[in-house]
Amino acid sequence: MKKKKRILSSIFMGLLVIFFYAPILYTIVFSFNDSRSLTKFAGFSLQWYEKMFSNRTMMESVFYTIVTAVIATAVSTFVGTVTAIGLSKSKAVLRAIVEQVNNLPIMNPEIVTAIGLLMFYSAIHFRKGFLTMLLAHIMFCIPYVILSIAPKLRTLDQNLADAAMDLGCTPWQALIKVIVPQIKPGIVSGALIAFTMSFDDFVISYFVTGNGVSNISILVYTMSKRINPSINALSTLIIVIISVFLLLYNLIPAIAEKRNSKRIKATED
Amino acid sequence: MKSYRKMTYPYVVWIAIMIVLPMILIMFYAFTKTGNSVVQFKFTLENFARFFSDRIFLEVLGRSLRVALITTVVCILLGYPAAYYIAKCSEGLKMKWVLIITFPTWINMLVRTYAWIGILQDDGVINKFLGFFGIGPVTMMYTEFAVILGMVYNFIPFMILQIYTSLTKMDYSLIEAAQDLGADRLRCFTKVTLPLSLPGVISGITLVFLPAVSSFCIPKLLGGGQYVLVGNVIESQFLTSGDWSFGSAISLIMAIIIMISLYVTKKLDRSEIQERSAS
Repeated sequence: MKKKKRILSSIFMGLLVIFFYAPILYTIVFSFNDSRSLTKFAGFSLQWYEKMFSNRTMMESVFYTIVTAVIATAVSTFVGTVTAIGLSKSKAVLRAIVEQVNNLPIMNPEIVTAIGLLMFYSAIHFRKGFLTMLLAHIMFCIPYVILSIAPKLRTLDQNLADAAMDLGCTPWQALIKVIVPQIKPGIVSGALIAFTMSFDDFVISYFVTGNGVSNISILVYTMSKRINPSINALSTLIIVIISVFLLLYNLIPAIAEKRNSKRIKATED
Repeated sequence: MKSYRKMTYPYVVWIAIMIVLPMILIMFYAFTKTGNSVVQFKFTLENFARFFSDRIFLEVLGRSLRVALITTVVCILLGYPAAYYIAKCSEGLKMKWVLIITFPTWINMLVRTYAWIGILQDDGVINKFLGFFGIGPVTMMYTEFAVILGMVYNFIPFMILQIYTSLTKMDYSLIEAAQDLGADRLRCFTKVTLPLSLPGVISGITLVFLPAVSSFCIPKLLGGGQYVLVGNVIESQFLTSGDWSFGSAISLIMAIIIMISLYVTKKLDRSEIQERSAS
């Protein structure tokens, strides 16, 4: 009876993994398809990769996606960190208000945030393009950074910064040398969330961009109206990059740990 | 220490401009009507009246709610056993499973949804498979089934992770206590495990229902141009017909519906906890 249950749950989990990964595998396989079809595999070819790399709009959208994500992550991580530290020392009323407003872009449906920004830009006659998209990305990334740093600040020992200042640190030095190192894990995870939010965003970018500027999501959305296997090639490229990134992210701490333990062992000997 | 307070001020100005002002604009547009020629605004409830008096719009709203509800239920029914299975695994396996579940969410949502187009075609993989058994071809592309499938595919990892977290946070001595007191496995589950994991299910619901109601790219990609949900109506008001007032009114209606449903689920969660602590 118990064995039967175990087999059943293994089958269920197996089907779930197929459900999760079949589309990803499918995309990779058909990116090497020799024909235009999305359903019949006509032999191996790299033509869709060639077409992708020679397609200017595709390459531009990849470029804009990366540039936007990098700048939005850098700015939102900096502003988010500074604000979170400031908030932890602010009066309760101000903190409550800022936290509430900060939650709005997270709780609201993306499309609501998007149309709000669209109307705001048009109200101040700000021409839609790269800059409007970048500002929007910074806007929706900062709340996530603040949310991931705030809990770290709450558990922080107040006395450490005070002690640093008693020993002659300026408030600025205390900030850089005492507070920031302690909340570093929160900053790193905040930056990571910001990057993926920006990299993946479709809805908000779609409404606030213009002037021919698009990111990968918008490109897939507009191109999918007609069958175009170059999208599969682009998808495969993204899948590979993310896999490598995740692999490194999961491996580097393990490798670093190993090195550290070796070092500890070496000092012990 | 007080000198750090100033660090908040730039962000206060920023959110006033970039978050609060756009929200005010939505309210403003939703309750006004643009006068012709010169820009003239006057207060009106016409936009809301137009939405609620038109059968087509009400049908779209009903369809959106239905699709989001079905998606959420399917995510719970498939996600709960999966989360339960992972929570029962050994520590090392747990981390591997979490990685397997989260990996697809790192890939762009549009890319993941696009992948289904080939699979669901009339001559696609699924229909070829069904063909072996003499079934089909079953038309799946551009149906509600495809839209729900796409939504479940995109949102189920969040449900699994939420339930999994609440299951691992659970105090296992409570289950042991229930067993010691003579409860069988089923009773253990329904009386101890399930109620304790409910907060995870609730936060999972918010993470699935909310994006499902407002999604407009999944219905467009998998449902086709004829298949319209609330998100698509809002999109077309802003990007094709240019009726911002009506678009704002619809998104306000949608936001209110979402807020009410979030409030109700939270209330349910709380009353459940109170009930348990009372008995």
